[in-house]
Amino acid sequence: MDLHAIITDEIRAVAKEQGKALKPLNDDTALSECGLDSLGFAILVANLEDKLGYDPFATAEDVRYPQTIGDLVQFYGAGVPA
Amino acid sequence: MAAEGMTKIQAIEPLPSISQRLSLRQHLAARACGTSLFAADATLDLAEVATTSRLPLAGITPDSTILLRTKAQLGFTLALIDLDGHAGRLILCPPDLSAANTLQVAIDHHVTHVYDDSTLEHLPLPQGIVRLAHGADPQPLAASQPLCDTQWLLFTSGTSGTPKLVAHSFAALTGAIAPPDASACIVWGTFYDVRRYGGLQMLLRALTGGGSMVLSQHSEPIAAFIARLSAAGVTHLAGTPSHWRQALMSRDLTKLQPRYVRLSGEIVDQSVLDALKAAFPGVSVGHAFASTEAGVAFEVNDGLAGFPASWLGAAGKVEMRVRNGTLHLRSGRTALAYAAAGGNLHDDEGFVDTGDLVEQRGERMYFAGRASGMINVGGLKVAPEEVEAVINSITDVRQSRVRARKNPLTGALVAAEVVAATGCDEAELRGRILSACRSALDKHKVPVSLAFVASLPMSAAGKLERRDA
Repeated sequence: MDLHAIITDEIRAVAKEQGKALKPLNDDTALSECGLDSLGFAILVANLEDKLGYDPFATAEDVRYPQTIGDLVQFYGAGVPA
Repeated sequence: MAAEGMTKIQAIEPLPSISQRLSLRQHLAARACGTSLFAADATLDLAEVATTSRLPLAGITPDSTILLRTKAQLGFTLALIDLDGHAGRLILCPPDLSAANTLQVAIDHHVTHVYDDSTLEHLPLPQGIVRLAHGADPQPLAASQPLCDTQWLLFTSGTSGTPKLVAHSFAALTGAIAPPDASACIVWGTFYDVRRYGGLQMLLRALTGGGSMVLSQHSEPIAAFIARLSAAGVTHLAGTPSHWRQALMSRDLTKLQPRYVRLSGEIVDQSVLDALKAAFPGVSVGHAFASTEAGVAFEVNDGLAGFPASWLGAAGKVEMRVRNGTLHLRSGRTALAYAAAGGNLHDDEGFVDTGDLVEQRGERMYFAGRASGMINVGGLKVAPEEVEAVINSITDVRQSRVRARKNPLTGALVAAEVVAATGCDEAELRGRILSACRSALDKHKVPVSLAFVASLPMSAAGKLERRDA
């Protein structure tokens, strides 16, 4: 399964668990408006770490935070441990 | 250094007598026009707020203890302005305090009046407690000297069971606030709720310093709050590292042009400081250490996480030392005492244990979590014991341990380890544990990860080992 699908599936799983309604998850959907709150994002990052085995937020040198779904997928793609 | 034989509080810094301090309303009355209190649904001119009262003050005396339970931060703020200097004690309830706990506090602390504008769910008050209601229209009221040095009682965060309160003097609460710069036109904004210590600090800076203030609102989407901050022209903006990380993921953050950005309430790491410096080039980014019990200890403005080790043991308004691995503070900004037989807040030398573990790396001290194992999820504290109690109540659970799991966005999340009865279906038990936690606990307290383990380590004293070896 590709990274995009893993991440969007996990966003849907967290939203369901947290009882949150989601907007359509397109690449240009803003993270701040997709429907997850800050706790939801924290859980998403923890679940993705369990699933993928790494956490780019903890290791990235980049000081810019991802702001859209597309950014987030790229962020995880760029963050794969060497 | 404390002089021998003096009482603990007086040894630190004498409290000003009533005549030496202004009431909150007097602070407001001293300001020029053109400053505002911005709430989600209303904007009030603070010069006008200074001259009117919404609550009836008849019957309120220095013997009154008034509990404030408000649905929104605006009503809370206006009540503070009305009651400071009139009532002897104000109990400031945080937004998430349950009705049962509020009632218990009202009884334990001999509350005489309750201001409860949370129209949905009025507290059923015991006989003898007066319910305060605000009138339809504000009444003219001149600012006058305080009748008493009103104590402000705040809830300590994250204790399980019946909440604990600490009493603060106005002088202690405002002790870290620098004298206002009248020419600065400061507009304060905060992601915090002003009904907790961190947010109250920002509110008091605005109200006593002649500035404006943008109040946040519960469950307001971050994009909407950022739009309001931008419209109000916020210059000084404060939040926890978690608030800031969330804001950094918003496209609208760059609409803001703050002059000062501040973090506190959680461990501040270098990555969030660097991200803020990159998002706001040339802006001063500072972080502060404060707690409800110990007050505001210090602000760090060199752009680095942690604080200089040389500050420990140094003389100054706030003295700091490390005992048993945790930071202890002595200053005129600590709370006076726990209210109503809550135990000793100060040690024999007047120091307050912050409960925050610190460790030295090179010339710098860094925070390393809570000694109690208390978990800080984006500024909200979780007592592991509270979560363990829910898990342990479930059939087939033998024992559990709840600890922090590090998280780059909220600092920490809740993780649980469970020893299950032999032979039980772990997948089925996992489902029962999580659904019990979801129905009994706030969302941020529900374990995000749950691992089944064969046994849990015990300390020599036979207690569950909470710290990592």
